[in-house]
Amino acid sequence: MKKWFVFSLVLLGLTALRPAPSGYQLGDTVLDFKLKNVDDKSVALADYNKSKGIILIFDCNTCPMSKAYNSRIIALHKKFASQGFQVMLINPNSAEVVEEESFDEMKQYAKSHKYDFPYLYDESQETVKKFMPTNTPHVFILKNTGSAFTVAYIGAIDDASNPSKVKQRFVEAAVGDLLAGKTIANPKTKAIGCSIKWKDS
Amino acid sequence: MSKYLFICLSLFYFTARGQESVKLPELQKLINDGSRVNVVNFWATWCGPCVKELPFFEKVNAQNKNVNVLLVSMDYDLDPNPDKVKKFIERKKLQSKVVILTEENPSSWIEKLDKNWSGALPATLVVNPTTKKRKLIEGELKEGDLEKIIESISQ
Repeated sequence: MKKWFVFSLVLLGLTALRPAPSGYQLGDTVLDFKLKNVDDKSVALADYNKSKGIILIFDCNTCPMSKAYNSRIIALHKKFASQGFQVMLINPNSAEVVEEESFDEMKQYAKSHKYDFPYLYDESQETVKKFMPTNTPHVFILKNTGSAFTVAYIGAIDDASNPSKVKQRFVEAAVGDLLAGKTIANPKTKAIGCSIKWKDS
Repeated sequence: MSKYLFICLSLFYFTARGQESVKLPELQKLINDGSRVNVVNFWATWCGPCVKELPFFEKVNAQNKNVNVLLVSMDYDLDPNPDKVKKFIERKKLQSKVVILTEENPSSWIEKLDKNWSGALPATLVVNPTTKKRKLIEGELKEGDLEKIIESISQ
């Protein structure tokens, strides 16, 4: 009897300790997704199955942190696209919460910043929920294993939103490690950023 | 003598502005220590939802003497010059205590403020130093949310 009581307590404890539902973690396989790009064409992750991987960034039109990182995001694409890791952006925010996050505004934003990589719209936020980014910009580096994409890095672009203070370029270092066939030395980082604007919240 | 006067004047200046710079260990003490419940809000002048919810904290600061309200500016990462924060405090006539965290590399300290915090702003942390109960909320609060959290953490 006493044994059962202790057993139930342990079970209860385990349930309480289980983390809240969250998105993909390091090493997880990413399911294919298909979203509308700012050029009105659909883009699927599977379209990139010949690449070495993708620098997937949850980024938006309005967040001052996103604006601070804009030129650094474009520079990442310039540096790594030719080496097999191109940039792909998904806007995680709902235009129902912030009007300026609409698909039309995204088109204008991509045009004025001369994006030559996808900037994807997820009206239902279903794909965003699979990743559960917490802030913009939030980076997920996806590694192509040949048969699937897996999550190799989650976190910040670098260690300072003010470009003149940057000392560690986390994403550059992580992609560099992958290109060199090494394990990523620093696969999880955090940044101060804008919260995600979820529907019905 | 003039040096002494200068120190006094600068002390007065910072007190009058209601704002000071803090490093991580000091901030950790402000969050986790004391005899009253600490109501801590992480915000920045550039963060729209943060600015929108600041009046909730001002209201609690004015009306609930059983808690300490602390507004922690995260502006330093983007703009190391504190002028913007100072001007903001003046313009909004903020009465709550405001500190600016002046630490580099947020990735190295975000989890030291609360292990569950992603770094997204706004974020609110309510801590009862006596019972060690704490609650972290990420994202914008709605009217009345803060009072409910304070009540549950105060018990």
